[in-house]
Amino acid sequence: MREKEKAKKTPKAVDGFEPRIICFLCNWCSYSAADAAGRAQKAYPANVSVIKVMCSGRVDPQFIMKAFHDGADGVMVLGCHPGDCHYKKGNYQTQKRVLLLKKVLGQFGIEQERMELDWVSATEGDRFVETVTRMVERVRQLGPLERRA
Amino acid sequence: MKPKMAFYWCSGCGGCEESILDLAGSLADLLARVDVVFWPVAFDYDYADLERLADGEILASFINGAIRTEDHAEKARLLRRKSRYVVSHGACAQTGGVVGLGNFFTTEEIVARLYRESPTVANPAGIVPRETSIDGGHELHLPPLCPSVKPLNGVIDVDYYVPGCPPTPELMQAALTLVIEGMLPAKGSVLAEKRSLCDTCARRDSKPEKLTVARFRRLTDTAIDPATCFLAQEIICLGPATRGGCRDRCIGANMPCRGCFGPPDGVTDQGARAISFIASLIGSNDPAEIAHAIGTIPDPAGLFYRYTLAASTLRGRAQGRTDG
Repeated sequence: MREKEKAKKTPKAVDGFEPRIICFLCNWCSYSAADAAGRAQKAYPANVSVIKVMCSGRVDPQFIMKAFHDGADGVMVLGCHPGDCHYKKGNYQTQKRVLLLKKVLGQFGIEQERMELDWVSATEGDRFVETVTRMVERVRQLGPLERRA
Repeated sequence: MKPKMAFYWCSGCGGCEESILDLAGSLADLLARVDVVFWPVAFDYDYADLERLADGEILASFINGAIRTEDHAEKARLLRRKSRYVVSHGACAQTGGVVGLGNFFTTEEIVARLYRESPTVANPAGIVPRETSIDGGHELHLPPLCPSVKPLNGVIDVDYYVPGCPPTPELMQAALTLVIEGMLPAKGSVLAEKRSLCDTCARRDSKPEKLTVARFRRLTDTAIDPATCFLAQEIICLGPATRGGCRDRCIGANMPCRGCFGPPDGVTDQGARAISFIASLIGSNDPAEIAHAIGTIPDPAGLFYRYTLAASTLRGRAQGRTDG
């Protein structure tokens, strides 16, 4: 494989484009945060589709790739803060996988900004809202992900 | 009446043809038991001979090579019509093989690189192959490149797969015997082990209970112990994500597995599996140290998808990407 230069990051917000974001939330922390945001009636963008997993460590790179292949413009994985994982080490493994996956996604022409891993605890309903809102806006600026057939 | 067989190559390197010749003494037995009605590399039959056969008259066609041009797709469809069974022969037919790495580029980029930009090419007139050209008053045709490389099952229904780059003589012998004697397993079977190479690897016992790495080492920067698990030596080996059945031929030559048998049963995207297990080997939980470890893998996509890019979930570069 020849050396690749960094992908040009040209913002191309397309008129009327609504990004489709898939968001994996862990049962013990981030999903509870989303629930808390909902109970408090805090609004967050409808662009986000949530998939609950027991632990962020359950998120296989295959799921993220499938999400991009099937039409997602961005993918988020939100887990417990480091040290707080209900299963002790799951989120550490997520971090390692996501870092390597992002490098590979870059080689596939998928900008690293389209994939985000962050930590949101059960009480952080506001942080959940801020994090997903920021992601939606970032991906809106990047534009739709064009796919090969 | 001997059963008829055909062997054909699409975008291949000839290694799978070799895998038949590698039957050595058994090749004569094979040729005595079957009637090879089509095998361009070895026999003089042409496409007209193939067209003249009735549909389904060939017992089995072993087709190797990836689908790179429209002609490959057409010939695959022709052989499919004329054959009772189609066997995907080798890594390229099964998952696109090394040829599939072309999916990281557009066809325009490939042609430009090959015919103009490559440092060893001298082509001042900038001549590139074209689908139609005139030479000496004759109109010549070349088949168009497909926009992306596909595995054989991307264009025809495939009955069985013999994996490997190339398949070993033992696997070829076993597959040919199954076909000739009519003892084929369930349609769609891959004719090798179901589980990963790790399960049968000769170095398995040297794998520690808890295997972690601080970084990854390349083959050129470290001495390789011939008795220890590669991963335990911080050398990337795709054994855990690769189907077994090769009898460790690379491992036995002190080379780590590069995944040519494709994924084991139950896994569709071999590269994604490799990303998952390779990353999880990193011992540190500190983001900077993790990033450093990942930095020691120069080309993860090319390494993890060396044989299976064309059959992966994402299949190649996102369309319309410009990367300098």
